Amino acid sequence: MISVSEQFKRLRDLKQCALIPFITAGDPELETTAEALRVLDRSGADLIELGVPYSDPLADGPVIQAAATRALQRGVRLDDVLTLVEQISPQLSAPLILFTYYNPILNRGIEAFLQDIYNAGARGLVVPDLPLEEMESLLSLAQAIGIEVTLLVAPTTPAARIREIAARSQGFIYLVSVTGVTGVRSGIADRVKDLLAELRSTTENPVGVGFGVSAPEQAQQLRQWGADAVIVGSAFVKRLAEGSSEEGLAAIGKFCRELKAAID
Amino acid sequence: MTKTPISPTAQPLSLNARPDRLGRFGRFGGKYVPETLMPALSELEAAYQRYRQEDGFKAELDGLLRDYVGRANPLYFAERLTQHYARPDGSGPQIYLKREDLNHTGAHKINNALGQVLLAKRMGKQRVIAETGAGQHGVATATVCARFGLDCVIYMGVQDMQRQALNVFRMRLMGAAVRPVEAGTGTLKDATSEAIRDWVTNVETTHYILGSVAGPHPYPMIVRDFHAIIGQETRAQCLEKWNGQPDILMACVGGGSNAMGLFHEFVNDADVRMIGIEAAGEGVTTDKHAATLTQGRIGVLHGAMSYLLQDGDGQVVEAHSVSAGLDYPGVGPEHSYLMELGRAEYYSVTDAEALEAFQLISRLEGIIPALETAHAFAYLETLCPKLSGQPRIVINCSGRGDKDVQTVAKVLKLD
Repeated sequence: MISVSEQFKRLRDLKQCALIPFITAGDPELETTAEALRVLDRSGADLIELGVPYSDPLADGPVIQAAATRALQRGVRLDDVLTLVEQISPQLSAPLILFTYYNPILNRGIEAFLQDIYNAGARGLVVPDLPLEEMESLLSLAQAIGIEVTLLVAPTTPAARIREIAARSQGFIYLVSVTGVTGVRSGIADRVKDLLAELRSTTENPVGVGFGVSAPEQAQQLRQWGADAVIVGSAFVKRLAEGSSEEGLAAIGKFCRELKAAID
Repeated sequence: MTKTPISPTAQPLSLNARPDRLGRFGRFGGKYVPETLMPALSELEAAYQRYRQEDGFKAELDGLLRDYVGRANPLYFAERLTQHYARPDGSGPQIYLKREDLNHTGAHKINNALGQVLLAKRMGKQRVIAETGAGQHGVATATVCARFGLDCVIYMGVQDMQRQALNVFRMRLMGAAVRPVEAGTGTLKDATSEAIRDWVTNVETTHYILGSVAGPHPYPMIVRDFHAIIGQETRAQCLEKWNGQPDILMACVGGGSNAMGLFHEFVNDADVRMIGIEAAGEGVTTDKHAATLTQGRIGVLHGAMSYLLQDGDGQVVEAHSVSAGLDYPGVGPEHSYLMELGRAEYYSVTDAEALEAFQLISRLEGIIPALETAHAFAYLETLCPKLSGQPRIVINCSGRGDKDVQTVAKVLKLD
């Protein structure tokens, strides 16, 4: 599997904006997640973020919280998620990025966690409750193992700090488009345009925009403002959870194609 | 499957620098929060460092603590309780209560709420949010917001809203919006998560008055410092009463704010024994307890590294206690540090033991303690027979139990 950076480089050469869908592992159940990864991969996803369900997802809004709770209630364990990644990743052309809170990493042991997810086939990692200050040991171990750790920049992040984060972030820089948690919102704040410009002037690294992006028009807007990637989570999770598995899978396939068309 | 986490910032164990520049107590503490909150935590820390030194701030806080809260509250000699634990020859430990239950709003929580609301006002925040378990911190926050005319939103688990209906009414009476939290078990953990999400969303206009010595730096430090007056008054009152120090300090520990408030002043007095009592719920051998320090493993919850009740996957597990204020799977990072240093001792007592103590203190002293506080009293049963001589024990009587009478009546079938 190619790395997150390599994928961005490939897309940049093609002058393409990346689409990064997010789904929660194990919701509605692991078999559906496996199929959903394949569907997304062939429907235009350039990279895929897979959320590890967690009991206290502080950065997530109601949709992803509920998905995580459902997955945990079904008994989904980290080992199950890793097995799933191991089985499916060889079938995907999109690199997999794991999205997990810090405690499950700490609990497994940082190095063991990184090695296990690498062996399973994940190539990227986002840890929403681990800011720069607490990131050091994770970053250095990840680099040695071959996992790229992407850091987040928020609308509240001051300029000097943006530069620091941009310099340390691997794969791409995750720009949080709203002051808030994940979830569907209408429109994109004009502030995101300024933040993208700020990042553009700071770094050569690709910038992906997420949190609150849920419609093709928003994705298109972000591309016009210079985003290298658009990350869409709750809108996928919601569609996948509605109706039967077949209906959910069909819905995310269709939605994925619409989003990709919007940023093409 | 206990694993030791790697922490590059781990300091050699020391009683100095609590916390260090990065907000760490040894390997505990830190700031594990979404990036969105990082600037707000820095702003809060800067504001705190600035105003705590300022004469105007100190004068305003001291004046309100005196005239509004009713400080200093007494250090009371519990004569009949002391007799109850006396040896046959009449000697035995001398038991004193630090009467935080006599504060305005009925618990120690007001010390911190008042300090933080003065900070919020100076930082220009018009909206205040807080989490609450037993409702004491929610009431304290609603109180100070009413006093200063700030908008107030309190997050409270649905289960806690049922067991603490009186406090819900008090908060609403003082103009606070009480938002029910249904996620998880509908208790303090979930209310705290929801308050943090609100703060992530409204951080530019809102101050979050965190109610315990938990959460990301600088909260464990700020909350401790605003409660440190408990220990400072205790020291002065001990000097006045027997011209000496207490021998043993004892307090209940959920997140750990009342215990830290009592302990902080004495941490460097090595001959003062410090004991924190956690909630063992239905017993530490069951899965229904809240004994984080005695039964948990190191993890990260609500922004801090500390001991944590978690499963083999690092998922935070549900805590259980008959007392809503102790029903929390985490604990303040400084307690983890004091335990690791061996400076403080932590034990647990069950729901049943706490309920016994609740009745005992009511009957012997005419003081109905909060169920949380009753946990500290309950440990006297174990502690007193082990003590020799006549050591002076100061128990933090952290809150009054009016709010708990319905719960207790239900459990004991008194009504």
